[in-house]
Amino acid sequence: MSTRLQSGGRLVDRNQPVDFIWNGRKLTGFKGDTLASALLANDQMLVGRSFKYHRPRGIIAAGPEEPNALVNLGEGGRFEPNQRATTTELFQGLTAKSQNHWPSLEFDVGAVNKAMSRVFPAGFYYKTFMFPRFAWKHVFEPIVRQAAGLGNVPKSRDADRYEYFYIHVDILVVGGGIAGLAAALQAGRSGAKVLLLEQTADFGGRAVVDGVEIEGRPAQDWINDTVKELKEMPDVSMRLRTMGAGVYDHGYATGYERVTDHTPASDQPRHRLWRIRTKRIITATGAIERPLSFAGNDIPGVMLAGSVRDFMVNHGVSLGDRVVIVTNNDDAYRTAIAVKQAGLDVPVIIDARPSAIGELPEKARELGIRIATGSGISSVKGGKRVKSVGLCAQAAEGAKTEEVSCEVVAMSGGWSPVVHLWSHCGGKLNWDNEQVMFRPDATRPPAGADGAGFVLVAGTANGHLDATAVLADAVAAGNRAGEEAGFMPTDEAAPIARVEQEQPILPVWSMPQGQNPKLQMKTWLDYQNDVKVSDVRLAAREGYESVEHTKRYTTLGMATDQGKLSNINGLAVLADSLNAEIPQVGTTTFRPPYHPISFGAIAGEARGDIFKVLRETPIHNWTDQNGGFWEPVGDWRRPYCYQQQGESVKDAVSREINQTRNSVSLLDASTLGKIIVKGPDAGRFLDMLYTNMMSNLKPGRCRYGLMCSENGFLSDDGVVARLDAETFLCHTTSGGSDRIHAWMEEWLQTEWWDWKVYTANVTEQYAQIAIVGPKARQVIEKMGVEGMDISAEGLTFMGFAEGKIAGITARPFRISFSGELSYEIAVPAAQGQAFWDAALKAGQEFGITPYGTEALHVMRAEKGFIMIGDETDGTVIPQDLGLGWAISKKKNDFLGKRAQQRPHMTDPNRWRLVGLETVDPNVVIPDGAYAVDGSLQANGMKNMIGRVTSTYWSPTLNRSIAMGLVAHGPERMGEEVIFPTLEGTEIKAKIVDPVFFDKEGARQNV
Amino acid sequence: MLLLTCPNCGIKADETELHPGGEAHITRHGAGASDSDFEGYLFHRKNPKGVHFERWRHAMGCGKWFHAARATDTLEVFGTYSAQVFEPPNDLIEKIKLKRPDWEGF
Repeated sequence: MSTRLQSGGRLVDRNQPVDFIWNGRKLTGFKGDTLASALLANDQMLVGRSFKYHRPRGIIAAGPEEPNALVNLGEGGRFEPNQRATTTELFQGLTAKSQNHWPSLEFDVGAVNKAMSRVFPAGFYYKTFMFPRFAWKHVFEPIVRQAAGLGNVPKSRDADRYEYFYIHVDILVVGGGIAGLAAALQAGRSGAKVLLLEQTADFGGRAVVDGVEIEGRPAQDWINDTVKELKEMPDVSMRLRTMGAGVYDHGYATGYERVTDHTPASDQPRHRLWRIRTKRIITATGAIERPLSFAGNDIPGVMLAGSVRDFMVNHGVSLGDRVVIVTNNDDAYRTAIAVKQAGLDVPVIIDARPSAIGELPEKARELGIRIATGSGISSVKGGKRVKSVGLCAQAAEGAKTEEVSCEVVAMSGGWSPVVHLWSHCGGKLNWDNEQVMFRPDATRPPAGADGAGFVLVAGTANGHLDATAVLADAVAAGNRAGEEAGFMPTDEAAPIARVEQEQPILPVWSMPQGQNPKLQMKTWLDYQNDVKVSDVRLAAREGYESVEHTKRYTTLGMATDQGKLSNINGLAVLADSLNAEIPQVGTTTFRPPYHPISFGAIAGEARGDIFKVLRETPIHNWTDQNGGFWEPVGDWRRPYCYQQQGESVKDAVSREINQTRNSVSLLDASTLGKIIVKGPDAGRFLDMLYTNMMSNLKPGRCRYGLMCSENGFLSDDGVVARLDAETFLCHTTSGGSDRIHAWMEEWLQTEWWDWKVYTANVTEQYAQIAIVGPKARQVIEKMGVEGMDISAEGLTFMGFAEGKIAGITARPFRISFSGELSYEIAVPAAQGQAFWDAALKAGQEFGITPYGTEALHVMRAEKGFIMIGDETDGTVIPQDLGLGWAISKKKNDFLGKRAQQRPHMTDPNRWRLVGLETVDPNVVIPDGAYAVDGSLQANGMKNMIGRVTSTYWSPTLNRSIAMGLVAHGPERMGEEVIFPTLEGTEIKAKIVDPVFFDKEGARQNV
Repeated sequence: MLLLTCPNCGIKADETELHPGGEAHITRHGAGASDSDFEGYLFHRKNPKGVHFERWRHAMGCGKWFHAARATDTLEVFGTYSAQVFEPPNDLIEKIKLKRPDWEGF
């Protein structure tokens, strides 16, 4: 069993017990424990079930590379799945549950998958579930849904808050081990502004656990002194619990600070996303130990040798009384020695190398530990815990020569530098045959804006395994970064370290060397995604040669640990299967973040009301308080309708329309885009932008205009008013003002930069309120008109005037989108509400009410007016909509003109706008319905000849109306077309003129 | 997250402040253009692995367009310059040639 040792544990405080709940059971650990170390101290080696086969899985590692110990953490608004026990600091009251098992961790029904492993080979998604077709829906999917996934989905709203933190520094150092500390110190001495990030709660990294001495003293003393010195440097900042998450273009980096994960429910934000701009980055991210590939290497109790040592030294936890070591290098001997010195038993060190002669093996021999060289593990026995290992010759195929009982197998396949941050932005790697690892190639760094490399690597991350070399490398990196950031390096010598000398590692990708296929099926590469050696070999046999393809086919390295343990071993097996060298096979792409970060941190403060800035018209609050039924329109909210007490939305819309057509209504049209275009060349410019002529518009008059893209497609529409000889006011659609303003600026700045034109987007400077209906003029006159004549003769249709209404400076435009007598009145935004109130008051005797966007839509559809976004979708040209009259034939050129001359644009078969009257007047055609001609396409689909673009119930006409685009539509007036519905029925509609109401336009012209 | 210095306002702008505008120095072909000229203007763009001249707008800053010469493979920025020119300035071209002797030229 695993248990707490009587003494030891440099990070835990035995005087401070911490209670926590594991699967409903109360357990106790110490302050300074991780959840993993506390579980192990309570003999909880079994922590979860594997993803595919539901095999029992235990803790393997002590850091972020841990693939198995993922837990459901917390409750309610602080519940989060897939949290790593090894990176979760223990706190009072922590609640965790194991994942991916049913009904319990100890007894799991899904483990039958294990027996079915033959149906889950590499690529099983593409094989097993393909045939027969019906089986997916009725057999496979229900099973997969039940079995798949790891943690549970949170059901409550996140109770925490999150924030961004922006910082500019000269040098960012990632990693607070001895390399990071030495590099930061040296960089700081140059005078540079330095930021040092360490992902754990403590500085120092592995040096203390590995027994390193620096300058003749234990590493911890040097670490303490260095941290103190760094803290005293004014331009150096340090952050614990902050991971360097990603490196991006031009010296941009992200850090992920876990502010309150260890003290939940505090006032501070839970996580901070650091957004860092820096001149140079030093990654001092250390290395991760590799597992060895032997049969049964996933049975709980098989762990990384370095992690066994971590738990003993850092947390005072023994993983078991009998620890077998299996290795291909000297470092694992440190674990053997630590275990032995703790008074526990090391029955044997299984060393794949033919001989073990270094300083560390000698030390182990002196302690009386048996070393079996040239040996490997044939297989591990055990279910929920290791019981024994079988030894075999490493050179053989797996015949067992001896069985050794044990509780723990501490394995080491060598160390892989953490090159992720180096690689995120394009840093290249070399394969080091001597040290059996990928190392950063300093000659091929990721380049910054100036073309020079901006990432440097220091220490073990750079492939240095000896502490003296690590420190020398770190000091050199600190100097270089300081110099490249524009500072003068100082000449301090690197500290001298002392640690046992190591003999060379032997590459071991398969244990034993000739491991037979039966054993390969029990040898795990990727624990989290349940990928075995046999899967990768099968993929290679099936022709997967690229490591990127093999990854996706087998799912190797695609789990939440992103292959931190499995990638190198996996690609070595692939290389072997392909008879290729490892560097030829290469690595998969390293992408940020280094380790999963919370969505909360990514979202930061952008949630709820401040997720997106909301634009509000001057009438917004009034609308909110007077029954406005909001809908989003661009960045705005507009009322769909104004609901009165007890009224349905549908009834409100009909009431608003009837009120407008019969008397008078108000519309808040402030969201309309308003752009001033001014200058001697303004007319010439607008002639290019609009399809129709604008330069001959007379001051005081308005003209409806269309804008197209250079591809000829209709992009925006609106009314242009000429304010004076040099000044135009262009109205755009509500969602289009920013886009059209940018469009104007783009042409003025990048194509016609010699034209004398200025533009200004004045959308929010004005409230625009339409007074609409037969009584509109009476209402305005009652409000009090000064300085202008708004009578039928004084202000004719498509004209505007300037003066005062209700004492407020006003510019009424006589334009109409409803077909009624209508004045759209622009007033200064600050006086919008006052104007609105005055209009309501003056209109009281006519029963005036406001109307919303749906009434606006229905009324314009009754009049056959198009709406950008309804009748257009980016593939429609004005000619399709019967708007040929708005396309100037006099102008030599305008944006979109050339495109509209292309054969496809002049094709008589294009779908064109018509009105549609359903044969049954009570049936409204569903939105988006297609018209069919009864024939079938080659693929069996019904042949479509048109579609509905706008479809409404018209209260004015007391029947359904619609507009649509139909092939040869305008030539087929009076014919019937068929619209099939999703329910399988058909709706018949007659093709008619799109103007349903007041074809002569008499109502607006009074 | 590129950093480009806006030549109009002088600010070293983060990519989030900028709006990309594709290849620079495209000649507009409007009404009367031949089919091939118009096709080239509307659809044909260079996609080099290496030196690229492109348009950017300092959309969240001064609002002005500018041109940038940038390496698409290493993200090196050779320089930014006015949008109101028909071709890159000579000194910039010389600078790129020095750094990239194999470059085919503008």
